Amino acid sequence: MTKLVDMAGIEKRFPGVHALKDVQFDLYAGEVHALMGENGAGKSTLMKILSGVYTRDGGTVQIDGFDTAPDSPRAAQDMGIGIIHQELSLMNDLTAAQNVFIGREPRRRFGRLDEVALNKQTAEIFASMKLQMDPRAPVGGQTIARQQLIEIAKALSYRPRVLIMDEPTAALNDVEIAELFAVINRLKADGVGIIYISHKMDEIKRIADRVTVMRDGAWIATLDAAQTPLGRIIELMVGREVNDAPPVIPDTSTAEVALEVRGLKRGRDVHDVSFSLKKGEILGFAGLMGAGRTEVARIIFGADPRDAGDILIHGQPCNIRSPYDAVSAGIGYLSEDRKHFGLATDMTVRANIAMASLSRFTSKTGVLNEAAMRDTAQGYIKQLGIRTPSDMQDVRLLSGGNQQKVVIAKWLLRDCDILIFDEPTRGIDVGAKSEIYRLLEDLAAQGRAIIVISSELPEVMRLSHRIAVMCEGRLTGILPGGAGTTQEQIMELATRRDAAVAPVGE
Amino acid sequence: MTDATPVAPATLAGKIIGALMHQRLLAFASLIVLLIVFSLASPNFMQTSNMIAILQATSVNGVLAIAATLVIITGGIDLSVGTMMTFCAVMAGVVLTNAGLPLPLGVIAAIATGAMCGFCSGSFVAKLKIPPFIATLGMMLILKGLSLVISGTRPIYFNDTPGFDQISRGSIIGEVLPFLPIPNGVLILFLVAGAASYILGRTVLGRYCFALGSNEEAVRLSGVNTDRWKIAIYALSGAIVGIGGLLIASRLNSAQPALGLGYELEAIAAVVIGGTSLSGGRGTIIGTLIGALIMAVLTNGLRVMSVAQEWQTVVTGAIIILAVYADMMRRRKSV
Repeated sequence: MTKLVDMAGIEKRFPGVHALKDVQFDLYAGEVHALMGENGAGKSTLMKILSGVYTRDGGTVQIDGFDTAPDSPRAAQDMGIGIIHQELSLMNDLTAAQNVFIGREPRRRFGRLDEVALNKQTAEIFASMKLQMDPRAPVGGQTIARQQLIEIAKALSYRPRVLIMDEPTAALNDVEIAELFAVINRLKADGVGIIYISHKMDEIKRIADRVTVMRDGAWIATLDAAQTPLGRIIELMVGREVNDAPPVIPDTSTAEVALEVRGLKRGRDVHDVSFSLKKGEILGFAGLMGAGRTEVARIIFGADPRDAGDILIHGQPCNIRSPYDAVSAGIGYLSEDRKHFGLATDMTVRANIAMASLSRFTSKTGVLNEAAMRDTAQGYIKQLGIRTPSDMQDVRLLSGGNQQKVVIAKWLLRDCDILIFDEPTRGIDVGAKSEIYRLLEDLAAQGRAIIVISSELPEVMRLSHRIAVMCEGRLTGILPGGAGTTQEQIMELATRRDAAVAPVGE
Repeated sequence: MTDATPVAPATLAGKIIGALMHQRLLAFASLIVLLIVFSLASPNFMQTSNMIAILQATSVNGVLAIAATLVIITGGIDLSVGTMMTFCAVMAGVVLTNAGLPLPLGVIAAIATGAMCGFCSGSFVAKLKIPPFIATLGMMLILKGLSLVISGTRPIYFNDTPGFDQISRGSIIGEVLPFLPIPNGVLILFLVAGAASYILGRTVLGRYCFALGSNEEAVRLSGVNTDRWKIAIYALSGAIVGIGGLLIASRLNSAQPALGLGYELEAIAAVVIGGTSLSGGRGTIIGTLIGALIMAVLTNGLRVMSVAQEWQTVVTGAIIILAVYADMMRRRKSV
């Protein structure tokens, strides 16, 4: 049997990161090949090369035995490679059918659109997926789960022979997942090869034929899914970090409570979240994508309004209505998306470090003291080991880890004693990760109260003194940190649903 | 790693300065080229009187363009500078001619009016979250209408206020140096440019101006009261427009209520030619100044060469497209 896809020796570099090192991957017709690995392992990068989004720096890509790597997403589509991205890429104001056939609308003479054919063909695809949906329904009004299914329908409309699914079930409930798996099984029977990326271990056993594990941009192993125990796969994925010593948990029983949150609520994202955080403590937040952890952080920081709930800082009620209020109360928030929410990347390291504390460098007439800013910035560059040629370097030219340190420096300078880190090591190299970990531990040791939100379980377990777990906007439990707590206990809480959510609509 | 850092800054700083010089040089070189071409084409072009006419013609557009630069660096746009200028001139007329108050009060009235208008635009943008294009489009029409209403659609003359015309047409420099009769309007333009440059480069307001244009959300999440700063920048921009209003009123010795529409586009063109990015976060006052000069030189030079006025407009349009394209190509290479 010929291989549909055969990738070998794939190399990819980004500025400051060696993203893929000699990676191999293959796919046969009619199989589901799971691609596993932690965030940042290089799965998405590899798939972007296969789907023509990125060009590789080295290695070979064979499709159907021919040496023809797609050089654009369009070329990949023409070769029969379809991809369903993790982030939805639908146009909310168009209908389901218009989205499915965007760019290939059936036409009548003189370029007029054939809406009838459009809706009919879309309905056929929906029917093949056993999906009950009106092709004329606007996408914006659908739930995320149903938008995901429209995205899948769009990929199927290309009649792909290779279908890449990047975390397709992240936003789906059990019923919808079962429906999706039924669709996958029908596609398998038709001879479509499916590459399945997921973090959910149980799904691998249910759907995959083979498993390839990646770690830190390198290929680790390709295994038979049925015969390999899950524990073995996790071990390969996590690698040496499994051996990371669990944190030494300091005695904070007498420490002052720095932050207390009572009954936080916001729309459908956050329900009745209450917890407290002491000085010198690192509280980890675990949960699946969309569990509401970032939302909780943004509410505490005043970036989003809250419907209900109280926030107490050092025991005092604090009416936080904007980030300005939060920072004044001593809360700093380090967003998961540094480029959009953390840094002015076109500005210098110096300007970014001083951004939250400009009043400190300002004379009565509003004139900035550049010399003082330079000295301060250079102090932090030294203290945190920020690797930059100078404090006048534009931040966009730094690596992810060093950008993160610039954000940390910004909040240290502002003298925030409550720091919320949202995915502090996303997009950061392994070496830089442990530096960031040590930095967080130092900050806690200095008496700062720290919240760490992370989707990487080993990271949460490595850092947290206590672990708060969320599922669907609710806080489902708080576990003690340290060796006594297992991944299974956390996952159990992270998947503890209130009740199976029925599909909305019909 | 750490011991390597002390060596690097010198070369990097050099590179940055080099890049900045390069950007200014590009516009500046075009200006020089234009001057050479026109002086070769017509002997009348390079005469002192013509040079002064060019500078005088630059003054109003230059001041408006500086005001627009501030707003554009924040990532906004101001379509109301033209009619706001007229509105400020009319308000000066109301205070000086209609109410008969002394000259300094008229000056204050014009600048305060501009600041108030800017405050309103800024509030619409920051508080009501109306996109700058729409907010200032609304302001543009409101102010145009108000100018006509307040003036009764008739020009207000400043004949009763001796010295008003000297604001733009007099020459303090000429009194000291008779061979260099540079009009006060030009002097004011350069003073405004110097002040704006200082504010942008050295003060908190300027820093937030760039920061807002670079990444507003990141600034907000740094705990900065972005709304307040944005309003302050629009108000400052408005005050500068007020100065522009004084200049045009002084030059015409009257407030012409029907004037103003179209000036905002000339101002934006000067900003863009000067290398300021319409997407915000990047720009210089000196660039804007050169941009305004290029436009004035072009108009004047083509006129001296007896090119029909209709064609002058065509050339100006082509220059804008060319300038922005050249800037983008240069940027693509450097990144």
